Amino acid sequence: MLGERGEDAKILSGGQSLIPLLKLRFASPAVVVDINRIAGLDTLAEEDGGLRIGALVRTKTCELSELLRDRYPILSQAAAQISDPIIRNLGTVCGSVAHADPQGDWGSALMAAGAEAVARGPGGERTLPLSDFFQGPFTTTLEPTEVVTEIRVPGPGERSGGAYLKLERRVGDFATAAVGVQVSFEAGKIARAGIGLTGVGATNLRATEAEQALVGAELDEEAIQGAAELAAQAADPQSDTRGSAEYKRHVVRVFTERALRASAGKANG
Amino acid sequence: MKIEVTVNGVEHSAEVEPRLLLVHFLRDSLELTGTHIGCDTTSCGACTVLLDGTPIKSCTFLAVQANGRAIKTVEGLIRNGSLHPIQQGFKEEHGLQCGFCTPAMMLVSAALLEENPQPSEEEIRWAISGNICRCTGYVNIVKAVQWAAANGQSERAQT
Repeated sequence: MLGERGEDAKILSGGQSLIPLLKLRFASPAVVVDINRIAGLDTLAEEDGGLRIGALVRTKTCELSELLRDRYPILSQAAAQISDPIIRNLGTVCGSVAHADPQGDWGSALMAAGAEAVARGPGGERTLPLSDFFQGPFTTTLEPTEVVTEIRVPGPGERSGGAYLKLERRVGDFATAAVGVQVSFEAGKIARAGIGLTGVGATNLRATEAEQALVGAELDEEAIQGAAELAAQAADPQSDTRGSAEYKRHVVRVFTERALRASAGKANG
Repeated sequence: MKIEVTVNGVEHSAEVEPRLLLVHFLRDSLELTGTHIGCDTTSCGACTVLLDGTPIKSCTFLAVQANGRAIKTVEGLIRNGSLHPIQQGFKEEHGLQCGFCTPAMMLVSAALLEENPQPSEEEIRWAISGNICRCTGYVNIVKAVQWAAANGQSERAQT
């Protein structure tokens, strides 16, 4: 169907982004393809040491998942802060990623966690790292004929920590700014660091320089403050009704510090 | 497209346009006007109904998606002619003023009590956080849910 119609067809999973767009006439596809009755797309489980999130896994399922709470706290915390409880009942993780709203929380949290999207199209299946998936607002490296069937997140390792901190004016609002942090430790030092930023750029952003500064270091106060400064520099916020650019950049700095501190305790146990 | 939907226990078969929203199907086709349209932008929660027991915003769900599913609206809360405990709670604790948000508030609260019969105040406020009330300041809505939690056991057991 997507092959036949291309841009004129849209996938409906949770519908919590697509249907509002249809109602506003921002999108007017000739065909909407409902994937909700396809079996086997609702897997949320660890396999071969990594996490699989199927195309029909709802945000509410992630919010309630003990597996995510124990092993992937960044994802558990992001889930609980997305929109409102009723939206979370239907909205899906993969749908949010494919929609690529720069204000979306899933993209940043998953990018920080090192995730990749599995896309399937007429030419077969390919995996797309989220770090270069987001090309612009609502624009990704997906082809019009491809569907995100799954998100894969690498296992966090034995010693890891993470957090997703979001400032919102009220429940249901998009982030004024949000920061997701995921760090894995080996022998007391940081082996991998991921930092994703929401609402402070034309896409979900990855604070690459801050991540690089952390790798190999101990997560002490100096490293935390240095990374927070680099993350604030990586942000590219716009002033709007939610706050000034300067304020949002400050929130990124403070939230990066707090999220890293929350992870620091996991270095040795 | 032809759909078959169970609404408040009654099976309905209807021919609908693919683009018809569930809320319009309920209000215009079935004349169940207890489900309100508030913002029409997926923000306010006034149009909330239960889809197989789970709260959803019926302004952000196509009628065709409800094919083969069970919907409950506020009209379906009443049992054998008597008020559902949550309806009684809203009455006892003055949980409404203008009443516009009330059907949705009662449905999300009823769904909460099904899962968690004795919720804390925080859990109640969390559950209704997708529903906006512009009159009450929420205090009496929380009290109404607490009333239903305290007094609803026997009534729930009967159904």
